[in-house]
Amino acid sequence: MTRLIKRREPVRDDPWQLVDEEQTLPQGDVVVPVARYLEERDALHARGGRVGVRVDGTVLAEDLADHLDDLALIAIEFPAFTDGRGYSLARQLRLRYAYSGELRAVGNVLRDQISYLERVGFDSMLLDEQSDLEDALKGFTEFSGYYQNVALEHSPLHLRRRTAAG
Amino acid sequence: MYRYDAHDQKLVDERVAQFRDQTRRYLAGQLGEEEFRPLRLMNGLYIQRQAPMLRVSVPYGLLSSSQLRTLAHVARTYDRGYGHFTTRQNIQFNWPALESVPDILEDLARVEMHAIQTSGNCIRNVTSDHLAGVAPDEVEDPRPYCELVRQWATLHPEFSYLPRKFKIAVTGSRRDRAATQVHDIGLRLLRNKQGELGVEVLVGGGLGRTPVIGEVIHDFLPVRHLLSYLEAILRVYNLLGRRDNKYKARIKILVRAMGADQFKARVEREWEHLRDRPELTLEQADVDYMKQFFGTPDYSVPEDATALQQALDGDSAFQRWYRHNTVEHKQPGYRAVFISLKAPTVAPGDITDDQMDAVADLAEAYSFGEARVTHTQNLLLADVREDRLPELWRKLAELGLATPNIGKLTDMICCPGLEFCNLANAGSIDVAAAINQRFDDLDYVYDLGDLRINMSGCMNACGHHHVAHIGILGVDKKGKEFYQITLGGSSADDAALGDRLGPAVPKEQVPDTLEALVKTFASLREGEETFLETYRRVGMEPFKESSYDTAH
Ligand code: SF4
Repeated sequence: MTRLIKRREPVRDDPWQLVDEEQTLPQGDVVVPVARYLEERDALHARGGRVGVRVDGTVLAEDLADHLDDLALIAIEFPAFTDGRGYSLARQLRLRYAYSGELRAVGNVLRDQISYLERVGFDSMLLDEQSDLEDALKGFTEFSGYYQNVALEHSPLHLRRRTAAG
Repeated sequence: MYRYDAHDQKLVDERVAQFRDQTRRYLAGQLGEEEFRPLRLMNGLYIQRQAPMLRVSVPYGLLSSSQLRTLAHVARTYDRGYGHFTTRQNIQFNWPALESVPDILEDLARVEMHAIQTSGNCIRNVTSDHLAGVAPDEVEDPRPYCELVRQWATLHPEFSYLPRKFKIAVTGSRRDRAATQVHDIGLRLLRNKQGELGVEVLVGGGLGRTPVIGEVIHDFLPVRHLLSYLEAILRVYNLLGRRDNKYKARIKILVRAMGADQFKARVEREWEHLRDRPELTLEQADVDYMKQFFGTPDYSVPEDATALQQALDGDSAFQRWYRHNTVEHKQPGYRAVFISLKAPTVAPGDITDDQMDAVADLAEAYSFGEARVTHTQNLLLADVREDRLPELWRKLAELGLATPNIGKLTDMICCPGLEFCNLANAGSIDVAAAINQRFDDLDYVYDLGDLRINMSGCMNACGHHHVAHIGILGVDKKGKEFYQITLGGSSADDAALGDRLGPAVPKEQVPDTLEALVKTFASLREGEETFLETYRRVGMEPFKESSYDTAH
């Protein structure tokens, strides 16, 4: 059973291959740690397949800014589900840098946070091993609306009220 | 007060359903202890020494009569018949069963109440001035802004897993009654020379283990940018705040480590990209929409112009209560009335179900159906016509809610302490009782003037002891309850952290020490000085000498 969700659907044939610091580069689409990307940037792109990076909470959006056009995917690592740095990083990438590639949440990603992840602009979530995908999908529909501007709904409540009143 | 529209109501209803499902999964073993913990905390539920504790949100302290009746119902049905008001204007129930919490939340949702974000590492209940809208020194009513901030912060997708809890206070008066200098963010509404409304923004204040007075990082932020600026501050904190040590995770530590200037520069850099986003901009229409909920009630002129004076002349007990428990109102012919939850035999801030029902009735009869929670753990009826005060006083007295001690020595702030809190080193409620016993002569208490005593059962400082004129902190010394005493703190405009008197004293000596302190004060006092003023004039030495003399 897959543990990957993209735009609220289970994904069974994910093209992305996770590669670590050392591993030889396979063909196709790869996600490498950001440090390796910075070192082997040209070689990575020369292969032909798409390239993504994996970052942890210590990486800031400005560190990635120069590379965003070349990155088809950014996987943001949640070392613990209670570590919320990834939410801000995602939001900065989307709003400030207008990043339009895929944002994927990986690590300690659980059912009860996936809706928050979606709302800051993640497209896909790789659930933690213990999570049940079918159950997790229910997490997206628990609320029918929010106060804030969110990735899905471009108008926060106070703005909608203003429009309704005017 | 603010009334929910269909969106607000749906959100709290869906929140109840969500938590019901989370509780079910937890009880069925599908959701682990660790994973459930932050979820229950963000719904106000702690697991405590004795039983779970549920903290219900009272946004900026406002309660309608029907909400009070629902709180009474919760206390009666799910608890042991009482509730406890906190220093952050919330109410806590100490004995609910975990399984019944979804039902409690459902009952609360029917009267537009919830427990969302009353705990956990997220943006907590926004607190404010209990005299909002009625204080004569008010620049601008803070409540519409409180509600805008509350909505912005509710289920915020980016800021629900912060390094640590986050508290915001808002005031709109010249005199700060909301302790804005000891909050993670303090917001003070003010007007510039052109008469435009702006916000002074303070960050990095807080109590707890490392008490800090907040620093101003913006002295006049136009209100339209309030939400974008908050978002910028929170983002910087969320990204850079420490997560490796929970005692160093509050924003005050980050501000201190970076320096306020550096922190501000970082915030402003972030803000540049946010400030013109329409979804974070408050237009006049947004503010006006909120303002309509906080309009002026239908004030009237006292029918009997002499009733108040007659009662004041004729009844010294009424006069005493009037003097100490009511304050000036911006509307001529009206007073704001404190309901003291500091009767000598009751734990500070506690109220029974029947008292809550009765206060709900009184609020309806005398104050436009609304009551407020103060951060000193009392209640307030904000809009009472003067000629009705004698009648209201009699009714409050019958309920045991007219102890005339507001702002005086026995109006102590007190955390739940050893009896109810897992983290406590020492009791606080029993010490409050012992102090009450010692100072049972009301006239003596009045002679001492305004005197704020705050007590915390451990260094987490829920009782705000650092900012008390006399602070009392429970510490553990080889398994025995001892108390560290501090002098000279304040949470008002002249905010300051108290200084340590000396070595901690054992429990039984706390009343003696206090007595020695107030005697020293009385002997050194000049004119009508308050304890704080005298202390600031003479310093620690004389207090130190006298209190340790008597202790031996
Ligand atoms: S100050 Fe300490 S003892 Fe008192 S309520 Fe807070 S954590 Fe508990």
